[in-house]
Amino acid sequence: MDATTPKRSTNGHGDPKAAREAARKAGGAGPDDASADGGLLGLPGRVLGGLAKAISTRIPPADLDERDPDYIRESLPRLWLLSSIYFRGEVRGLGNIPEEGAVLMVGNHSGGNLTPDTTVFTLAFTTYFGVERVFHQLAHNLVLSMPGLAFLRKYGTVAASPQNARKALRSGAAVLVYPGGDYEVHRPSWERHRVDFGGRKGFIRLAIEENVPLVPVVAVGGQETALFLSRGEGLAKLLGLDRMLRLKVLPISIAIPWGINVGDMLGHIPLPAKIVVEALPPIDVREEFGETPDLDEVYDHIVRLMQETLDALASERRLPLFG
Amino acid sequence: MRVYERITIGAPAGAVWEHISDPGRYLHFMSGVTRWEVCGSQRHGLGARYKMLLRVGSAEVGGLIEIVENVEPSDLAWVSVTGVDQRGRWRLRAVADATQVELRLAYGVAGAGLSGWVAERLAAPTVRGHLRRSLQQLKRQVEQEQLREAAAARRAARAQTG
Repeated sequence: MDATTPKRSTNGHGDPKAAREAARKAGGAGPDDASADGGLLGLPGRVLGGLAKAISTRIPPADLDERDPDYIRESLPRLWLLSSIYFRGEVRGLGNIPEEGAVLMVGNHSGGNLTPDTTVFTLAFTTYFGVERVFHQLAHNLVLSMPGLAFLRKYGTVAASPQNARKALRSGAAVLVYPGGDYEVHRPSWERHRVDFGGRKGFIRLAIEENVPLVPVVAVGGQETALFLSRGEGLAKLLGLDRMLRLKVLPISIAIPWGINVGDMLGHIPLPAKIVVEALPPIDVREEFGETPDLDEVYDHIVRLMQETLDALASERRLPLFG
Repeated sequence: MRVYERITIGAPAGAVWEHISDPGRYLHFMSGVTRWEVCGSQRHGLGARYKMLLRVGSAEVGGLIEIVENVEPSDLAWVSVTGVDQRGRWRLRAVADATQVELRLAYGVAGAGLSGWVAERLAAPTVRGHLRRSLQQLKRQVEQEQLREAAAARRAARAQTG
């Protein structure tokens, strides 16, 4: 490569340094401009700004080749122990997922920064279809940047972005996305039986553009693994976390071992709640909603479908945690 | 981890063999099996391949298996091609007017270390339970079929003499 040619990262985001420079020239606020955007004040601002810079440089590139089938296979017993013994997981409807080819699975997300529904579903998907079937999960950049979680990349986890999802789908992989992301995963415990994507519709656009079936995946139980009190959206906005870290929330929960847990950055020990996951029949968006589907209509349909399933799964539960 | 179960079925080995060598019957008598599908054009015999899944805990484990031993009517063995490592064997031996049937399954994940060792042992009671119920269901089906065949033969004999 020519020394003068700008370097490009392989994660679909382009060169982060160049992007920051472009944003600065355009007068916008890049990740390093936290203190200038009015969201942060004084020492906390400088500390969080430094943290943001440290984390943004730690964001791993989304290389689909990092998925390691042998590693996944060897770790299946560990996942099985966690899923079967600790969470008494139960996954239904895997036969609804197309046997081969690219598919976009859309899930509701629960459990704070440690999401047991993903663990239970990943094990079930992998044992059902075999480690040979390529399966990628999209996760927040922060999750992939956390120390000790690098192994997630071997499972096929990549940073959540439309580019990465598109790249994975074009490679013929099954892709699991959680549109609700950090917003949904930290909802208060009394909203645990609610599908809340926060109006994010990018997944529908993706399914239409890539012409892949969309499979809703509904999980219950994850939000019982701690007592989630608040998303802390106001606090996150005040501290400018949205601009710096793409975080719309600064959750507050009561969790083991911290007691009061603000941010959940270090994770927590999840309570052993019973997790039940159900995959629904695939939706061909173009076939069901026409050649130029109305995103709002599709979104409402999918959320309604998932909410009805979640209500049904919730009605089977007699007690929190025990299921 | 290796588990096995045994049962005595009041029928000749050939009758039992008919059941265990027919992939179409597995979902009817194998407990915990959620899938047993023929892969490829060969349905029976040496080299036949099946996609099988067995529910153990929160997962359906199994994968692609291949028949590696097919000695009618005494031994039918398979090994895994993909998925969890497994070796299975049906062993049929004639005893008086009955057949002793043994179903063996050895399973594990090579390279899984301590967690693999623990998981194999914790899964064993479930797997053993599946094997036991499978044999009981097989016995019921084979013996009922024997009774039906015997009754049909008696009816035919009566019709001839009448």
